[in-house]
Amino acid sequence: MKKELPAWVDYGLLPLINLLLAFLISGLVVLLVGESPVRAAYYLVSGAFTIGGGIGFTLFYATSFIFTGLSVAVAIHCGLFNIGSEGQAYIGGLGVALACLALDGIMPWYVTMVVATAGAAAFGAGWAFIPAWLQARRGSHIVITTIMFNFIAASIMVWLLVDYLKPAASMAPETRTFLEGGQLPKLDWLLELFGFKVAGAPLNVSFFIALACCFLVWLLIWRTRFGYELRTMGTNPTAAVYAGIPEARTVIIAMLISGALAGLMALNPIMGDQHRLNLDFVAGAGFVGIAVALMGRNHPVGIIFAAILFGVLYQGGAEVAFNMPNISRDMIVVIQGLVILFAGALEHMFRPALTRYFLARRMAAAHVAGG
Amino acid sequence: METFYRIFLNVDTLGSMVRLSTPLLLAALAGLYSERSGVFDIGLEGKMLGAAFAAGAGAATFHSAWIGLLCGVGVAICLALMHGFASITARGNQIVSGVAINFIAAGLTVILGQSWFNQGGRTPQLTADERFNAFKLPGADAVRDIPIVGHVWTGLVSGNSLLVYFAFAMVPLTWWILFRTRFGLRLRAVGENPAAVDTAGISVTAMRYRAVIICGILTGVAGTYLAISLQAGFVKDMTAGKGFIALAALIFAKWRPVQVMFACLLFGYLDAVGIRLQGVPIPVIGAVPVSLIQALPYVLTVVLLAGFIGRAIPPRAGGVPYVKER
Repeated sequence: MKKELPAWVDYGLLPLINLLLAFLISGLVVLLVGESPVRAAYYLVSGAFTIGGGIGFTLFYATSFIFTGLSVAVAIHCGLFNIGSEGQAYIGGLGVALACLALDGIMPWYVTMVVATAGAAAFGAGWAFIPAWLQARRGSHIVITTIMFNFIAASIMVWLLVDYLKPAASMAPETRTFLEGGQLPKLDWLLELFGFKVAGAPLNVSFFIALACCFLVWLLIWRTRFGYELRTMGTNPTAAVYAGIPEARTVIIAMLISGALAGLMALNPIMGDQHRLNLDFVAGAGFVGIAVALMGRNHPVGIIFAAILFGVLYQGGAEVAFNMPNISRDMIVVIQGLVILFAGALEHMFRPALTRYFLARRMAAAHVAGG
Repeated sequence: METFYRIFLNVDTLGSMVRLSTPLLLAALAGLYSERSGVFDIGLEGKMLGAAFAAGAGAATFHSAWIGLLCGVGVAICLALMHGFASITARGNQIVSGVAINFIAAGLTVILGQSWFNQGGRTPQLTADERFNAFKLPGADAVRDIPIVGHVWTGLVSGNSLLVYFAFAMVPLTWWILFRTRFGLRLRAVGENPAAVDTAGISVTAMRYRAVIICGILTGVAGTYLAISLQAGFVKDMTAGKGFIALAALIFAKWRPVQVMFACLLFGYLDAVGIRLQGVPIPVIGAVPVSLIQALPYVLTVVLLAGFIGRAIPPRAGGVPYVKER
């Protein structure tokens, strides 16, 4: 009786109920500050899709969230909770920036992109390696070490930016702006093809890299030997070890992949939009990844939908904040927290009732068929 | 040498250490109760932030520090019960629930603050009699000029607010509760082997809820201290990672109350020194990057977790929801 719930309930209805609850409570908060939730929802949706090329921004945010969502999901499949995507993405930005600073004057963007992608993945994975090694070899809790590593990453980046990467003449703690060879092309033409009017939306080529990563992660987790080992380790570590799956190696490789995916997120804002490395460019995307992975049930397709949903919240949220001064963009953080609460921590709240309902229905159906 | 003394050993630095370690100490002791009972809590940060906002808002609205404290503690208990419901009753993932609480607190405090006070998420500036103020202990003026003893009494022990003394008094009290009372024994037992406690006829659920409520009270005081004692009002994101440093201190102290105090004092000292090192070159070493000093508590905790200086072993049943029967 392992599959107690039909797939459409498990992957569709249950996340939907959780999401609705999160929005319901957010609506109450909107009411509490004296605004109309209906108006807020209107601005949210129209801001995310139509107003001023909103869709270009929505998909731009979604790109970052796909990367971090995949990062969290790969770790969860191995039974690890990687809260460190934020820090891994931050350090990944260093890889992107170094590649761009070195190559932007002498190479076209597609060559720089390959090096920057490798750099982002390598730096992100490198930052995940120490917590992974500590978990696998010394038994220290990955949640705690990755939290610590987020803070350490933030300190290191401040130090590097202020003391080394900042041009001598500049006051702002950021690198110089990359030349053309360090800038990813925008995808305005693609959106215009679909009839959207966009002006200067930051959506860029890294969106395709994100989609490619989704496919690769699906391939890795459900179609390879390592993916099988990883899922076995995640569901039942004792059985995995008994079956001869090397625990330390699986944990470390899973975390390296997770860190690399988080690092790749840096491509989007740094090489695709800002064209320079600046302080705190991750801006919480690593943490949004947690909500995205939980919401998308750790499946790449679910993650794409959840990432777009959060992209809508981020872009539409700006429009809401613009039109309704009482609701600042911090509302997104509340919604994000509620989604994590309902889709993550309270996921068992509705499951027993739903399971009972569907089980009873199936029994009744079997009874009718049999009798 | 003069600079060295001024930065590292001055009574002023040490006094600042005491003040900066107080919120860490309260939050870490809060985490101690919760985690000793088997409920992991990375939501210390969120509870502290929620409490800081409620305390600031309460004190400003009712013009009373005590009502501020009441509001702060009340909100922190509500958030703690939310965590308790998710992790004890709903048997959810305790880490995920903690993360959720951190986000909800971070967002709600700003939204509500902006809508109630219209000061960009701040609460109104508090006057002196709406805060917990520093007060002088007897004899502080008389012994001011006596070297060392006098300096320590005047600059370090005296001249703190009530909440600071409360925090440090909680250390021996917590030790006594945990290791010398029946409640403490049971609390530690549900964190190590809940099934055994259950067999003895004690409700695991009730024990854990009590621990979570104590955690709420202490994080509430921690947040209140930040908003209406250390500063004169709530500012957006004013905990700034203190909840996580407290968590680090708790692990650094291996979940033991007296050691928690020393860990918090150490981290508070690093903070106090870090502020004073800003832009001041040290002889021999040269200018120390302040951002790296700020990372030291985290680095030290990771080194400890790696098992290079002793071994930090969490309560055995920590993070595992208790299921009575399968």
